[in-house]
Amino acid sequence: MKSLGSFRRKFAPWNDPEAKPYISIENVTKKFGNFTAVDDLSLTIYNREFFALLGASGCGKSTLLRMLAGFEEPTSGRILLDGQDMRGIPPYKRPVNMMFQSYALFPHMTVEGNIAFGLKQDGMPANEIAARVAEMLKLVKLEQFAKRKPHQLSGGQRQRVALARCVAKRPKVLLLDEPLGALDKKLREETQFELMDLQMKLGLTFVVVTHDQEEAMTMADRIAVMDKGKVMQVATPAEVYEAPNSKFVADFIGNVNMFEGPVSTVVDGKVDIDIAADKITIRTDATRDCSSGQEVGFAIRPEKIRVSRKEPANSAINSAHGELYDIAYFGDMTVFHVRLESGRIIKAASLNAVRTVEDPLGYDDMVWVNFDTDAGILLTA
Amino acid sequence: MNTTWSRFNIVSLVIGFAFLYLPIVLLVVFSFNESRLVTVWAGFSTKWYVSLFNNKSFIDAAWVTIRVGLISATCATVLGTLGALALTRYTRFRGRMLFSAMIYAPLVMPEVITGLSLLLLFVAIGFDRGIWTVTLAHITFTMCFVAVVVQSRLVSFDRSLEEAAMDLGATPVTTFFKVTLPVILPAVVSGWMLAFTLSLDDLVISSFTSGPGATTLPMRIYSQVRLGVTPEINAACTILIAIVAVGVVIASIANKRREVQKARDEQAAARH
Repeated sequence: MKSLGSFRRKFAPWNDPEAKPYISIENVTKKFGNFTAVDDLSLTIYNREFFALLGASGCGKSTLLRMLAGFEEPTSGRILLDGQDMRGIPPYKRPVNMMFQSYALFPHMTVEGNIAFGLKQDGMPANEIAARVAEMLKLVKLEQFAKRKPHQLSGGQRQRVALARCVAKRPKVLLLDEPLGALDKKLREETQFELMDLQMKLGLTFVVVTHDQEEAMTMADRIAVMDKGKVMQVATPAEVYEAPNSKFVADFIGNVNMFEGPVSTVVDGKVDIDIAADKITIRTDATRDCSSGQEVGFAIRPEKIRVSRKEPANSAINSAHGELYDIAYFGDMTVFHVRLESGRIIKAASLNAVRTVEDPLGYDDMVWVNFDTDAGILLTA
Repeated sequence: MNTTWSRFNIVSLVIGFAFLYLPIVLLVVFSFNESRLVTVWAGFSTKWYVSLFNNKSFIDAAWVTIRVGLISATCATVLGTLGALALTRYTRFRGRMLFSAMIYAPLVMPEVITGLSLLLLFVAIGFDRGIWTVTLAHITFTMCFVAVVVQSRLVSFDRSLEEAAMDLGATPVTTFFKVTLPVILPAVVSGWMLAFTLSLDDLVISSFTSGPGATTLPMRIYSQVRLGVTPEINAACTILIAIVAVGVVIASIANKRREVQKARDEQAAARH
């Protein structure tokens, strides 16, 4: 059996039936008046995991994070942290710390004062506080900024102070609300890797809320894709991308060409789908149970589609002929928009692995698009 | 920006400022008048200031005013801040709109009505009128000004600061004293100063609620004026004006400095 493309490390407690979940969210519902922000949601998160809650705004991801922090109580259901029921425990008694989207640095305190704040609340002796603060400043490389006030720092430095402040208490779980949202693109990319390093170094469990799928894919061990207060899929970044479980997830993550039509035949582990409108017959591996006549979806990523002037060998299946309508050149890759006779646009991407090409494809060229039987995803939900 | 001055602009500016400040300037000038007659200039002198400081009834009234001002401004600041907190924080309780409106109402209520109703209350409960009734009355009418000033600051207050403090282990009480209060302190201080000035120059409410031995400076001045304006009163008013002016100037310079410093810091930070 072939496995999915990308593979990160051998950390996968979610596949181990013996592993004990660190955070258990059990049938949690949160209502605000008539509005259901989180709807009967269950999740398990493991110790030392970097877990991302991904979804559009209003999908309930921030509400879920706030329930973990203790700022909101679930309307029903329960949250267990390291085996302990969190119901009724106020935020200041929970062994979790949160990094706020706005950073929420105390404007009247210095960088040192901000980092020491949480430690003082625990009644830690002054010399230990000083040592811990120094350690944290070193960790986020802000030693020479200790005496500055937050408004004397740049956005990236503030973000690091916020991070230092919430890891200073060595919480069991660190909650991060859009941790990179306020940074510019270049800084965001650097900081992503810094966050991952930090998480490894400290051995903490991270739960991060984000609407940025690239961010979630880069950093997280597992992603929960959320929509309307429900979890649509929980899986590794590669699984979410290459094996989405539903049309919603396939469509939400990355770019996709989505087809819908009835199954015509199921033979030898291959399913034929008839896309009448575009006069295409799709043949794909029968990765999900389906029967002849059933309406199914088929999703295929642009980079899995080939574009050429030459007619492919078996042009009766997984192929279409059309006009090259648009070309978007990104440097590393090029995205072609091919318009079929039916008017449908198919997106195909190709990697620009060589610098010079003889006779490159141009606007209005007539081209063929085609793909392999294992390139796309059969979707029944 | 258009920086040329038209004749029309200059004239309207002069008239406007003359309208605002001519009476005050006259008062200050005549406080240094040698003559006993208020409207006839007879040369420069500071004798009315000397006689003012020797006038026991004026000095007593000044002390009463300051005591009432300090106590009532402080109490009003505490109460007004608490009220503002309740109104901005607990946005989901029943009748919040009503309470909000009720805190603004005394701002526009005619002072005569406030004064009279307080007088009736003190009489009804048999509270002997004196310095304490004036103080209570001043707390009542100044606390809504404080509430309004503090409330406008709290509206733009980032709630996540408090959440962050609690998240880091601070109880709600610690959070208030260590985070909320320091951040809103400038608004609380300006609320206090507003309450103090209001108390300082109140005449109507003080007249209704004061009793023997509790004459405030505005009351003293007013009763004196009824017997005829003396340059002594001009001197008293000039001192009041000087105190207020110095306070305002210091406050605005401090404010300006802080803003300039902050803007400079932010620019420096952005350059890193």
